[in-house]
Amino acid sequence: MNVDAPSAPRRTQVNERTILDVRQLTKHFAVRNAFGFQKGVLRALDDVSFTVDKGEILGIVGESGCGKSTLGKTIMGIHQPTSGDLIFEGNDIAGQTPSAARETRRHLQYSYQDPGASLDPRWKIRRSLHEPLVIHHGSLGYDEREERVRAILQAVGLPAGHLDLYPHEISGGQQRRVGLARILTLQPSLVVLDEPTSGLDVSVQATILNLLLDLRKQFDLTYLFISHDLSVVRMICNRIAVMYLGKVVEFGEIEAVFETPRHPYTRSLLSAIPEIGGARVTDTFTLEGEPPNPGNLPSGCRFRNRCPMVQPRCAEIEPELRADWPGQEAACHFAA
Amino acid sequence: MTNDLLRVRDLKVSFATDGGVAKVLDNVNLTIGRGQIVGLVGESGCGKTTLARSILGVLPKNSARLESGTIEFDGTDLLKVDPNILAANVRGRRISFIPQDPFSSFNPVFTIGAQIMDLMKWKSPELDDSDAARSGWLPRFHGSRRRKADYERVLKLLRLVQLPDPESVLKKFPHEVSGGQRQRLMIAMALLPEPKLIIADEPTTALDVTIQAQILKLLRKLATDHDISVLFTTHDLGTAWEICDSITVMYAGQEMEAASSEGFFKRPSHPYTNRLLKSLPSRDGGISGIPGDIPGLVNPPPGCRFHPRCEYATEVCQQTRPEVTPVGVGHAVRCYHPVAEEKRHALA
Repeated sequence: MNVDAPSAPRRTQVNERTILDVRQLTKHFAVRNAFGFQKGVLRALDDVSFTVDKGEILGIVGESGCGKSTLGKTIMGIHQPTSGDLIFEGNDIAGQTPSAARETRRHLQYSYQDPGASLDPRWKIRRSLHEPLVIHHGSLGYDEREERVRAILQAVGLPAGHLDLYPHEISGGQQRRVGLARILTLQPSLVVLDEPTSGLDVSVQATILNLLLDLRKQFDLTYLFISHDLSVVRMICNRIAVMYLGKVVEFGEIEAVFETPRHPYTRSLLSAIPEIGGARVTDTFTLEGEPPNPGNLPSGCRFRNRCPMVQPRCAEIEPELRADWPGQEAACHFAA
Repeated sequence: MTNDLLRVRDLKVSFATDGGVAKVLDNVNLTIGRGQIVGLVGESGCGKTTLARSILGVLPKNSARLESGTIEFDGTDLLKVDPNILAANVRGRRISFIPQDPFSSFNPVFTIGAQIMDLMKWKSPELDDSDAARSGWLPRFHGSRRRKADYERVLKLLRLVQLPDPESVLKKFPHEVSGGQRQRLMIAMALLPEPKLIIADEPTTALDVTIQAQILKLLRKLATDHDISVLFTTHDLGTAWEICDSITVMYAGQEMEAASSEGFFKRPSHPYTNRLLKSLPSRDGGISGIPGDIPGLVNPPPGCRFHPRCEYATEVCQQTRPEVTPVGVGHAVRCYHPVAEEKRHALA
């Protein structure tokens, strides 16, 4: 059942639980030479559509350069989309005026990959945590802000004494907690988590993942979980979008995608994860080559140069996402 | 002559810092057999890189101090050898190195070919030991015939690491090739001097999973084909499972458990390794971290350094460090209270 015109097939159904509806989102970056003349286009996002339901965790996975961070940043309004719509809580937020975008950002927050680098090294944690409240809730007095900040700090499992420390005095895991606390002071409904556990040791990663799950319950959050670590995504997410060079190549329920991957790229990606106790990837992995340059994409299907089941048709027609399986869609002519 | 290529015994290394002397390695033991891939696993700051650098003899001169211990390589204690001989004949020739970050390891202003051929002036397997030692820090300028042989050798190796079109790669600058290709070049450079031991410091951390799988596959094949031992440091237990024959786990400067890869994942016996395995994301969603923080190394906890976070810790753990205790064939742990069979978090 298509909601939109036939030229714009809807791949996922919008319902009353939908919090974010991404429609044919496209982001192209101009590639310029040394004199500022445009010499090409880098298609970082091409016709990406999906919906996010309230309270779910949607995983966005793919290799570096596939556009997952660009997607997160375009949703946040950090990049302006080239075309396409972003319906967040019923309002189109693509191409908003700055003042309207600020209003939206209270409900839509972005957690940066490296919170250590996004905290001001000369500010104490207290000042960093007060800042979002000063910007978005200017009417609050110091004491009210302090009260909120302390409550949030407790929720992310940090002692109040940490308010008087500088970012370099706390560990990487604690910096992430501060980064989360900073976002939560604004009581957002959707949080874009950009690689929330990259660069952490497994034991710290485990505590951060548990914290994320707790916070979701406590604050009624929805997460867009951008990650390249598939085993983490499998553990924490409800649905998953697999991206390859700016396109969503597979989308669906986490179990369906991991148990029966349909797209050949998803299959290779899954077979590359080391699984302790299972068959050794070094014996079974077959994918050759590396992703092509996103500024110079192959015709037709973007994966065809590395695809084990490539056929002449793949070079001519670019496959669209097909919803041929229950709870699962894949963009491949020959996926079965 | 034993079967072990490298034996590190009771190695103690400390660093002078502003806050005092940091005891970074505390009586660490490590054994690498011939042709074996040994995984050195641990969280950041546990001393894996310091151990790797001690073996290479490239610890920072003005802050690091080798307090005691031996590093026996092929029957010789490297700590007793003249540093000049070590630089000329061992480092970069018998023992070579693959860095963690293929992005910053090349000089951006020279072509890849120039950099690799430059390496051959000092570390070519065509040079014999006395030649290399005599020339000291000066490069060996050698005749065009030998240079041609070196060039052929480079091309052969680039084909071996499955780089497409090696002749054109040699003419490129480092920024013109991808991360995976740069890591392949690093592996080729490590193999060039025909070493006996390669120290690979987290060689796949900066790479995507599909590229990681390719690189691991390649490294394993080359090590087997050329009968090279590899010391593979990693913080990722999944990678260790993929490639290693045996595994040594470190925590806060002490080695905790050493076992064959099979034995380690089937019968993890140290409380720390069990907690570590429980921290891995699992399908059923059950995951638990390790409470507490990694201790500072200036004033580390006495005895077993894991005892403040250990659920089995007793008084004796706080006082003396446990000795190496065998718990199976080729499986040793440093713990007074190895985890019982039924409580182990076995993954294999």
